[in-house]
This record gives sequence, structure tokens and C-alpha cells, in this order.
Amino acid sequence: MSEGFFSRGFRGRRRQPEGDIPLPPGQYLVEGFPVLSAGPTPRTPLDEWDLSIVGGVDEPRRWSWEEFRALPSEEITTDIHCVTKWSKLGTSWEGISVDTLLEGVETAAEHVLAFCDGGYTTNLPLEDVTGGRAWVAYSYGGEPLEPEHGGPARLLVPHLYFWKSAKWVRGLRLLSHDEPGFWESLGYHNYGDPWREQRYWGD
Amino acid sequence: MDENRLDGNAAGGVLGEVFPFEMTSAQVACVSCGAVWRLGQAMVYMHDMGTIMRCATCDNPLIRVARGSGRYWLDLRGVRYLQAEEA
Amino acid sequence: MTEIRGRLAWRIGEVDETRPETPHAKSLFLEVPGWEGHKAGQHVDVRLTAEDGYQAQRSYSIASAPEDGRLALMVERLDDGEVSPYLTDELRVGDRLELRGPIGGWFTWGVREGSPLFLVAGGSGIAPLMAMILHRAAAGSDASCRLLYSSRSREETIYADELDHLAAEDGMLKVTHTLTRSQPPGWTGYSRRLDKEMLREVAPSPEELPLTFVCGATPLVETVATALVELGHDPNRVKTERFGPTGG
Repeated sequence: MSEGFFSRGFRGRRRQPEGDIPLPPGQYLVEGFPVLSAGPTPRTPLDEWDLSIVGGVDEPRRWSWEEFRALPSEEITTDIHCVTKWSKLGTSWEGISVDTLLEGVETAAEHVLAFCDGGYTTNLPLEDVTGGRAWVAYSYGGEPLEPEHGGPARLLVPHLYFWKSAKWVRGLRLLSHDEPGFWESLGYHNYGDPWREQRYWGD
Repeated sequence: MDENRLDGNAAGGVLGEVFPFEMTSAQVACVSCGAVWRLGQAMVYMHDMGTIMRCATCDNPLIRVARGSGRYWLDLRGVRYLQAEEA
Repeated sequence: MTEIRGRLAWRIGEVDETRPETPHAKSLFLEVPGWEGHKAGQHVDVRLTAEDGYQAQRSYSIASAPEDGRLALMVERLDDGEVSPYLTDELRVGDRLELRGPIGGWFTWGVREGSPLFLVAGGSGIAPLMAMILHRAAAGSDASCRLLYSSRSREETIYADELDHLAAEDGMLKVTHTLTRSQPPGWTGYSRRLDKEMLREVAPSPEELPLTFVCGATPLVETVATALVELGHDPNRVKTERFGPTGG
């Protein structure tokens, strides 16, 4: 069983932040920006890309890439936390607030399922993607978002574990019931608050 | 072509934690396109969140495995059947 | 063949010897008490644990023949790696290493499975194929075996001398190198990346029904596997082991 075994002289790649910057429990800082892929990287040409709001809404909405980029955008500087324990502080993004996308939308829905190229999905309460807490981001670190990090656009919901910031997002489906997404249906926590260390079901 | 993908072999370790068989030579049929593969021929994407094995023809997930909090989660819905031979 | 053998468990091996192979690659020889043997082509998972419990895990192909008493792993040092620099720079004779295996029943070859055998490697992808070559030699087989091996240079060719030696002694083992970045003076061999034309020239013909094993970085493996199928080889007789984007 190898209880108590440790590898002499091994420390690993992590580091703790200097000073008093707190991290959520169990997290450590990394230098790079790890890429975790659950499938092939989609490469949708921009002239075939669109973003939709569908489901329990009075009128579905859709934007082409040009229409999407013409919407008022914001710069976001934020910390991100992955359930695999790495965190990055002060990452900079550019994107359109989900509040902007939902402006004027009439709905009784309380849940959202984000759907993406390649079939990835993730579920969130509607209130967690509104009130200035979520964006559809198209730029990271001042550059267009690379495909391996979710480009051309990904969801950005930094107050939850980063698997909720769905890469290659193509839309939000508003639902009156909660529908677990790709990782949530495989044992990951339905909500995913890093500060309460909600990594898995039952945490 | 995706740089991140590996062959079914790479999932041999995690499958070996759950199944007592040598799984990479087991045969599976994809529910999505019907293609029949040995698991060693599946396309594997694996990292600390979990292991995803996909059909080499249509990319549909065949088997998904995650582990955490002392539990395993297994999703085999992408497999119509799994055939492992006796020793 | 699928064998029932109980769930895969972690066990401890001890480092018996380390041997630099090239400036970036090192062989580790391990004694693993109770090791029940392996098939050429299989791998082990290696797990490192820091004192605070943090763990990192990687897979390494077994580079030694099943006939050998010790287990050999071949580690290529990736500068930004987390595990490989520890294994090449820090690990010493007498240290213990946690591992589990052997793993894999698909990417394996034994002399009873026949020939001709065609092996294609890029860089550290030589490891599982070396196990096959050494197994073939240890079993005294005269089955036809061809190796096409891509490396950056002669200095970076892992097992260069050992392969020359084996090929010199065995007329049925043919080793073809391609050196993609720099070549020694007077080099008349290939000096480019593996491509369809090179495979057409070096591989056995599809009619000979070879068993082919390709191992290395993912882009190389995909190029080779696609080219072989285009040349008429049966895809079910071309087995691949991708090592990921960097090949380590």
C-alpha cells in the first residue's frame, strides 16, 4: 500500500504566494497556464461561429462574431482557481458581460446550461452568471484567446472553479430545472465554490 | 489532429484501478457510430480531473472516469458493449 | 488476451543503477521485489510523493526485455517538466521509486506473434520498441525486424551504440536512422523528419503483412500512422503509442 512513502528530494512545481495573499483552501500558484483537454480542440472558423441564448426565454437571441464583438465590452482582471488545485492571480481578460447578453431577456428560468463546440456542457444557477459575475471572454493577456484555452470565446465565471468557465462556448440554455453538465455528471460538485472547497458531490 | 490526445494504453493504469481485467485489449462498440475498437485504439484525453476515452472514428466519449473524495465515478454510456476475454 | 489479475496496486522499486544515454536522456535500472514479469511494449506508472503529500504521476515505457531481471526505464529530461528533472537529476542509486504495472495489453509484442516486425520511433519513443528488440534477441528469434528511428542528431540518439552492435550481429535486424537537426561528417543517411516517401522506402511492403509499432510524440505518430495507411497497410496491424505533445 506504500503508506507513508515519500520520494526523497521531490518538491514538485507548486509555489505559495508571497506575502499575505490568501488562496482558497488546497490551492497553489502555477507559473504557466495549464491546458486540460477532455477532447479534441475545436477550431470553428469565425464565419461559422455564433453565440445564442435559447431555452426558457421569450425570444431566442443570436449574434454572429461581428455582432458579438460590436457589443460593449469590459476588461476583467481576476483570480482563477482550478479544481485540480492550481490558481493564477490577477489574470487579465476582455469580454462581454453576460448581463449585456441577457439585457431585456424575459425568463422564469433559474438555471443555465452552457453548451460548447465539441459537446462540453456545464450548469450554473442563473444568478451566478448575472450581476457582473460572468462574461463571454475573447481575449486573454491582451491577445486573442487561443483555441487551446477556449478561443475564439469562452465563458468566464471566476468566482467558481474554472471548469465552469466553459471553453469554446456557443450559447446559454436557460432552464427551469438544473441539468448537470459534463463534469457535474461525473462526480464533480454541482456548484463548485472554491472558497468552500466544493470539488466533488457531497463536499 | 490534436496534440493532447494519447492512445488507449495511457488509460491502462486508471482502468486497472477499477477493473481486474487488462482493459486495453478489451473490445467495445461505440453507441454513437457503431464502430468497434479495442480500448487500446481509443483516443484518450487525461489529466487530473479525469480520463476521457473517445471513439477514434466519431470522437464520442466511450468511457469517462473521475476520482475524488475516495470515490470513483464511471460513465460507460458511450459503450454499447464491452467484451473482455477470459485468460 | 485479457488476464484477470486483481486490481493494479502501487509497489516500491529500488534504483540499482542509473546510466546517462544522451545529454538529455538517462536509463534507470530498478529492482522491484516480486515483479511478475512483463511483455515488451508495456509501461509502468511512476508516482512521486513530496513530504507534504503532494503527488505527481507519469507513465514510462519499460525499455528492458522481459528476460532481463531488472526493470529499465528511459527518461528524457524535459526542461519545464515536473517529474523528469527529478528522475534524471535527483534520483540516486539506493533511492526508492513508487510504481505500478505492467500496464497495457494492446501495444505489446512477443516472438510468438510473428513477423515481419516494423518499428518506428521518434526520440524517447524508442523505449518500448527497445524492449521488443531486446526481447527478440534474448529469445534468439530470427524473425525479420526493421527499425526506423528519428532523432535530432547522433549525440541525441538514445541507445545508438547498442543498436549498432545488435544490428551488426544480426542480419535479420535492420536499423535505419534519420537525423533531423545535425548529422556527423560524411553522413549519407536520411536527414529529415519522417514522411511518407521515407516510409515507402524503408517499411516492409503491405503484402508482407508486417506488425507495425509506432511510438513518439503525438504529431510524429499521427504523421506516420496516416502515411502507412495511405501506403496500403492494414490499420489494425499498425499500433501506436502517442507520448503527448512533447514526447516525454
